[in-house]
Amino acid sequence: MTMSASQRDPVNAVFRHVIGAGEPGIFDVKKGQTLRLLDLEGNQAVDTLFYNARNIRERYDAQRTIRRQNALFLTTGTVLYSSLGHPMATITADTCGRHDTLGGACAQESNTTRYAADRFHMHACRTNFLCSCLNDGRLTKRDLTANVNFFMNVPVEPDGSLVFADGVSAPLKYVEMRAEIDLIVVISNCPQLNNPCNAWNPTPTEVIVWDDTAA
Amino acid sequence: MIKSAQIPSTAAVLYRETIPGGGHRSLVVKAGWQLRLTACDRNANLALVAFNAALTSERLNLPDTLKAQHTAFLTKGHCLHSDMGRVLLAITEDRCGWHDCFGGVLNAVETEEKYGSGRFQDLRNAFFRNGYDNLLVELGKWDLDARDIPMVVNLFSKVAVGSGGVLRFVPDHAQPGQDVVLHALMDTLVVMTAVPHPMDPSPSYTPGSVSFAIEDASDPAALDACRRSCGENERAFRNTEIFCL
Repeated sequence: MTMSASQRDPVNAVFRHVIGAGEPGIFDVKKGQTLRLLDLEGNQAVDTLFYNARNIRERYDAQRTIRRQNALFLTTGTVLYSSLGHPMATITADTCGRHDTLGGACAQESNTTRYAADRFHMHACRTNFLCSCLNDGRLTKRDLTANVNFFMNVPVEPDGSLVFADGVSAPLKYVEMRAEIDLIVVISNCPQLNNPCNAWNPTPTEVIVWDDTAA
Repeated sequence: MIKSAQIPSTAAVLYRETIPGGGHRSLVVKAGWQLRLTACDRNANLALVAFNAALTSERLNLPDTLKAQHTAFLTKGHCLHSDMGRVLLAITEDRCGWHDCFGGVLNAVETEEKYGSGRFQDLRNAFFRNGYDNLLVELGKWDLDARDIPMVVNLFSKVAVGSGGVLRFVPDHAQPGQDVVLHALMDTLVVMTAVPHPMDPSPSYTPGSVSFAIEDASDPAALDACRRSCGENERAFRNTEIFCL
């Protein structure tokens, strides 16, 4: 895994916000700004969607992103590509080392499939996504495409089996990315309690935005 | 290339057709019917997405599909799950063995970068159609649009995963005549395009054709095997039955 640190100082940030455990976040990041997601207490999956703020039909494309880099995991140097083939963001620093984009986001419905019918009323990422998007007004259920799971570890074995492994993150690990276009960023700070993706203990995540790449 | 009439099948075939390489097609497979897809050429690849025909905001969700079944590819015994915890299609037969979930589709710019210029005004109907626009056009016929293109399955193609998650396209994976059967658990809108797999290294644009047959038939034992392949599928089948009450 590739680790690369950042020299940016949160003192110089233009936006800082802690997303509580299990809570949603929706905010805009302008072209050229740098976004850091900071795993405050460790092993917290941060389910994240990206949209072109000027054309919401253009959104993060998981398949194009993994195809263009010929590898499944996201880390420093990964370009997050859009459904129209344009760079949306570039990962510029990563002290975790790998991030998933195959595992999608948990939902009330998929929890009934994966675990049991009585899990339907547990809080879930797509509940956060829908609530954020419909309150915001720009995005609807049709816009909920495959997301990035920052800090989540989903290895694929050579036989093609998919494994939800223990997290590789730890307290104060972070990932940073430069916005290549004006973005809407939608986050669910994953509330999943049925598997180890949050080490059975969902915790807060801090969002930090800097105005320029030299900050 | 084989002719679709040679497809071995004992099922009641309602209709058959061949999607030529580069072509796109969509149809509703009614609950209880099955869609048999057959590779006609060595390099055939079929990008496919699926929707609940009655409410298209419910659609194939590959992350849900893969994590429910602890797999990164699809074959016999697997199901295509919707984002609503239900089964759209169950794979009741598969003579290919591995269908790719990684590759996605190329758009017009990527297709020209890879294959060069292939415009209608020069090539007429052999022009270089691309997967993204093909899906978009086919979705548009159902009043859907760019928001409705989820992660796609690439039938008849294999992308292996090496250490560190590195991807490797496996050439000559599917052979002509190999088929896969998708049994519909609910009325399912299937949108397809027979374009080269995006990671196929061939520099020439020579998309293979794929034939399909709609069959008013099912294989109860194979369907039951899909249902019982894992607890997740059993519960997804049950969710689908509740939805269809």
